[in-house]
Amino acid sequence: MPAMSRISAIASDRIQQEKKLLIPYLVAGDPDLPTTLTLMKELVQQGADIIELGIPFSDPASDGPVIQRGVERALNGGTTLRDTLALVAQFREGDTETGIVLMGYLNPIEIMGYENFAGSAAAAGVDGVLVVDMPPTDSMELHRRLAAADIDTIYLVAPTTSAERAKDIAEACTGYLYYVSLKGVTGAAITDHESIKETIESMRQLTDLPVVVGFGIKDSKSAKAMASVSDGIIIGSALVEQIAKLSGGAPEKPEIPSCCAVIGEARSAIDSL
Amino acid sequence: MSEAPAEIEIDSVGFSGPDASGHFGPYGGVFVGETLIAAVEELALVYQDLSGEQDFWSEYDNELRHYVGRPSPLYFAERLTEVSGGARIYLKREDLNHTGAHKVNNTIGQALLAKRMGKSRIIAETGAGQHGVASATVAARLGLECHVYMGAEDIKRQAPNVYRMKLLGANVVSVESGSRTLKDAMNEALRDWATNVDNTYYIIGTVAGPHPYPQLVRDFQCIIGRETKQQSLEMFGKLPDALVACVGGGSNAIGLFHPFLGDKRVAMFGVEAGGKGLETGEHAAPLSAGTPGVLHGNRTYLMTDPGGQIQETHSVSAGLDYPGVGPEHAWLKDLKRVNYVAATDTEAMNAFHKLTRLEGIIPALETSHAVAYAMDLARSMGADQTIVINLSGRGDKDIETVARLEGMKL
Ligand SMILES: Cc1ncc(COP(=O)(O)O)c(C=O)c1O
Repeated sequence: MPAMSRISAIASDRIQQEKKLLIPYLVAGDPDLPTTLTLMKELVQQGADIIELGIPFSDPASDGPVIQRGVERALNGGTTLRDTLALVAQFREGDTETGIVLMGYLNPIEIMGYENFAGSAAAAGVDGVLVVDMPPTDSMELHRRLAAADIDTIYLVAPTTSAERAKDIAEACTGYLYYVSLKGVTGAAITDHESIKETIESMRQLTDLPVVVGFGIKDSKSAKAMASVSDGIIIGSALVEQIAKLSGGAPEKPEIPSCCAVIGEARSAIDSL
Repeated sequence: MSEAPAEIEIDSVGFSGPDASGHFGPYGGVFVGETLIAAVEELALVYQDLSGEQDFWSEYDNELRHYVGRPSPLYFAERLTEVSGGARIYLKREDLNHTGAHKVNNTIGQALLAKRMGKSRIIAETGAGQHGVASATVAARLGLECHVYMGAEDIKRQAPNVYRMKLLGANVVSVESGSRTLKDAMNEALRDWATNVDNTYYIIGTVAGPHPYPQLVRDFQCIIGRETKQQSLEMFGKLPDALVACVGGGSNAIGLFHPFLGDKRVAMFGVEAGGKGLETGEHAAPLSAGTPGVLHGNRTYLMTDPGGQIQETHSVSAGLDYPGVGPEHAWLKDLKRVNYVAATDTEAMNAFHKLTRLEGIIPALETSHAVAYAMDLARSMGADQTIVINLSGRGDKDIETVARLEGMKL
């Protein structure tokens, strides 16, 4: 990559400060787009380094019930991929520091067209893209387009991923490597801390990228446990569960800070490591 | 009576797919979350090994003969032919299989794979309930735990099959997300599989899903076409002029068509669910009126809106109510080897009654779509020509729906 990407810059900065990456996930348009924008700004206030923004999709087959319902709320409001990109552009008007990663499923991107998507995402200020149902072998074309637009392509490694395959994924991946902490869908419970530690140690042999953990982190306790064995953590369902309690329509509501408190608490917990 | 699968390859030179990475031209592939990759790769390897073993196919043939009751007859529908006026219409009687549809050809094959892979738990998705019943049936026979995901909407309209599955010992899980039909059941099955991947085998019910499913489900359904070929030669001394089958995900259609793909003079018609009419948008006909996209593990024709959301579908028949279609059909459409057409709800209902009254055969509502199109097609053909309809299933499961649509309560 010619210049250092925003994600790499953030990561190396945190590593220098001996801090862990904190990456909240929320769905664009949940409960509506103005509220999502307010939430994103609040997440930054509470210590988010990078935000994963979910692109709503009608068939989120890798997500558990909490995120499914978040996606349904966003779709009920008619949120599209274009709206998601416009939201990023709006966020960028006031924030050029925080990393933004779009996370979603392939079909909306496929229907928009890869070239169009990569160009629009770069123009909006997107730093990375993670397509859940697009493994590296079937993604060469999109990956190439994103790389040409200086956007990182982030891949998942799962507990079921073979060592050999993990090596290929680590080579293809840019930005950060996302380790799925459990067998299952988003929002399930982590059961096997010991093997996560071992796997992450072995992944460090494969790549210089930051290795972050996601899929089952619910509170400051699990945040701390996972951050202690990795370079950072992703918190999704636990945040979306709070967002579910907001109603749309009044983005500047007083509940916004308490809604995002799970992220602030995780920040304190992992900073105390 | 089935031959070694090598025969298929020879028959269909030029249409041989998928390639080593699971693609049929631009379609197919393995678009699933990383957690499931190891499972589908393992399945592909196991299937590659076993499909080369004569023992495996002997066991499969034996099951089909003694448990399913194959070969299924090829039956000349004399009165249907008379009323249609034109080509002679034959019915490939998959409705006479044990459990009442073609679905069991596939579940027998996949249950054998599950057994060889040492899996103790089976999951399946179902729309009409036929695949769910066929899965619950093989699970009962092999003593495997079985969970069937079914959309809440479909549970309502296919009540008899829900009860059959329960009788067979399966746990029927009502899926309340999304449009609460087949596609959502498939999402839920994929979630279950990702969670229980170590001990669970996912029996997909049609030629969709990630590689190797479109290939292996097809191979298990090709018994339909192979028998039809041989029976045609025995009964009328030549190959049929046209084949007609309904297309939901496309498994009964590919099973009939595939062994004939290399026989250039055999015309093929896949009949999708036209619902309230293609022009209304309320249908389930991705090949007739959709665009290529990615869903449930493969690239194929889909019903998707301009923003890439999967659209809700409509069909009177739960088994056709699916917004995607197997990737091999997408490819055969582009290659123009198979014609994809649609029959509306009303046309299917009319055909349902016609076949019932004229032949004493109550077809499934899915199948009725093929019957509707075939009757029209017959009229446009000569009396010296023949059509084979894949009579994919029997309609007992649908009689409540038909009664309701006609204002009766049973
Ligand atoms: C009798 C019958 N025919 C056809 C279908 C459609 O499936 P496919 O297109 O895979 O054959 C179904 C599905 O439930 C069915 O039950």
